[in-house]
Amino acid sequence: MNRNHRLASAHLAVAIAAFAVASCLGVLQALSIAGIELPEWSEELFYLSVTAHGVLMALVFTTFFIMGLGYVLARESLGRVVGERAGWLGFVLAVGGSVAAATVILQGKATVIYTFYPPLQAHPAFYIGATILVVGSWIWGGVLLASYRSWRREHPQDPVPLPVHGMITTVIVWYLATAGLAAEVVGMLIPWSLGLIETVDPVVARTFFWWFGHPLTYFWLIPAYVLWYTVLPQVAGGRLFSDPLGRMVFVLFILFSTPVGFHHQFVDPGIEAGWKLAHTFSTYAILYPSLVTAFTIVASLEVAGRLKGARGLFDWIAKLPWKDPFFSAVTLAMLTFTVGGFGGAINAAYAMNAMVHNTAWIQGHFHLTVGTTVALSFMGATYWLLPRLTGRELRPMALARFQPYLWILGMLLFSGSNHVAGLMGLPRRIYDVTYFGAEQAQSWIPLTKIAAAGAVLLFFSAFAFVFVVAATVLAGRRSEAPAFEFARPLEPVGDRGIWDRFGLWTVVAAVLVVIAYGYPLFHLLSQQRFGSPGFSPF
Amino acid sequence: MKVDLYEKIWMLLAAGLIAAFLGAIVFAAGSQAMRPPSHMETIDPAAVYDAPGFSNPGLVEEPDGRLVVSIVAEMFVFDPDEIEVPARRPITFRITSPDVIHGFDVVGTNANAMVIPGYVTEFTISFEPGEYLIACHEYCGLLHHDMQGVLIAEEESS
Repeated sequence: MNRNHRLASAHLAVAIAAFAVASCLGVLQALSIAGIELPEWSEELFYLSVTAHGVLMALVFTTFFIMGLGYVLARESLGRVVGERAGWLGFVLAVGGSVAAATVILQGKATVIYTFYPPLQAHPAFYIGATILVVGSWIWGGVLLASYRSWRREHPQDPVPLPVHGMITTVIVWYLATAGLAAEVVGMLIPWSLGLIETVDPVVARTFFWWFGHPLTYFWLIPAYVLWYTVLPQVAGGRLFSDPLGRMVFVLFILFSTPVGFHHQFVDPGIEAGWKLAHTFSTYAILYPSLVTAFTIVASLEVAGRLKGARGLFDWIAKLPWKDPFFSAVTLAMLTFTVGGFGGAINAAYAMNAMVHNTAWIQGHFHLTVGTTVALSFMGATYWLLPRLTGRELRPMALARFQPYLWILGMLLFSGSNHVAGLMGLPRRIYDVTYFGAEQAQSWIPLTKIAAAGAVLLFFSAFAFVFVVAATVLAGRRSEAPAFEFARPLEPVGDRGIWDRFGLWTVVAAVLVVIAYGYPLFHLLSQQRFGSPGFSPF
Repeated sequence: MKVDLYEKIWMLLAAGLIAAFLGAIVFAAGSQAMRPPSHMETIDPAAVYDAPGFSNPGLVEEPDGRLVVSIVAEMFVFDPDEIEVPARRPITFRITSPDVIHGFDVVGTNANAMVIPGYVTEFTISFEPGEYLIACHEYCGLLHHDMQGVLIAEEESS
């Protein structure tokens, strides 16, 4: 094990363990929805499993992986991690918080789904555990910022290396997002679950939740973008087409990730339509950096193909290293985002949202975006990191090569059928989709079976991934660890420019958040409101 | 910042695409009143059944001819769970919850809203003739999947 990366490796190990457990739960849910009888299964276990799958995948797997990746990138491109002892404290807190939350979930005392909307009330350990996980991640963010500032003092005029530019962006988005979460959980749900206050207002809580919940998706996505910009062109054998546009993209994420949450609350009462429309505008603004990214990365791959001798219009595609598991995983993840991103534009479309809100379309959507674009990028990143962290070759290589393609095939079936079933009206997260034989329910039953077939393939793919990780760490052939190399841009980068002014952009982003949420929250809080006591119908 | 010519063209097209999306949304919102339900009215969730309209939920024709359906969504039923309305006439729904958050989805239509305790959800919509499943689409507890109803839109005989 590379001694420099123990802290990062510890985080990655927790992430992959959480992913393994959550994958098992996911396939059980899909089989159950398809009407397959599972031994000892019940609605109680189903909704418990939905909660655990969501928390473990969306909060534990992603957060730990991103923390680990951040440490690797800081060490390798800045040459330092400042405050490593604090980093270990953050790790211990994050593990402790996750274990506390997972324990009460598995005991059936927190079957509140990962969105935990009140008045559903979980055991206090669920909220407190989640808070401690987030506090651990705040310490991680502090360590990355300290590492950046230390580097900046020595290099006042240089542009920060792009991998760290992206990770600092991730940290800023995370701080902006989790401010909303802290207001909800620390300000409302923890005292309410402990009985210190009797009631909370569910619309206020939902508003704070989605202040957090949408930038959360960019907290997942930006590190994937970092891999696309800084590692993918290098592995493909090419150059990064444009470095400054990459920086611009990250800054746009700082600005527009957070003031967008109402597009999750389009059909909520208590929020004015005008503000929902305002958030629609900022939501569409956040499409822009992804469209720019699509050009830059594909152009970078074309450069790679041309450097390998391609001459024609499309033959550069065949020259790319499709057998490299990092390359195939990350490139397939990226291509998936073209579909997932446009699906997101439909969800955010103010009036069209009513067709898909809370239907199976939504789970189809986020299994493309977070479940493939992010998760498959992270699996690919693992294939890139493992030899560099352990000094061992991937084993068995054939399985690692095959695994990303199996994931895509499984997801095509799972997500495709969920999108269609959602358009037919199948609600998401339903234990029994037959609705006592209602006629409209008949139409979506065959689709749940296709989804289950996809989920089985996804499970085998997840198993293959975890198997390769374990086999490589325990029994991979020892060889000299390859160097961490990042893509060089086509044009040399000049001095530190406007896109490196993180302080400035953070202030602008904070102002946008205040504009987006200030008046709606003030309006809401100034009404005569009636809070809700807690309910635990599970 | 130097940007490649093709990338510049792409960036302009991308901005145009987003502008076109937003233009379509604003046009539909302005000209056809296509906007999501955003009613602001609060209600005491502990006293829902004492509130006017909700003490006797169901379809009522208001003095001005408006058709209003009041519904209480609670664990794990809609009250009423069978609603008959005339087809192709605007129906105003007023829905609230005395306990947790529920969803109200008339499957296959644009009637899709959240029902949140402490608030009244209100929106107006009309239906083509037919029988529709009403489903709760927000997890509300262990029998969430049993929470359903039926809406029958009938041709008016005149």
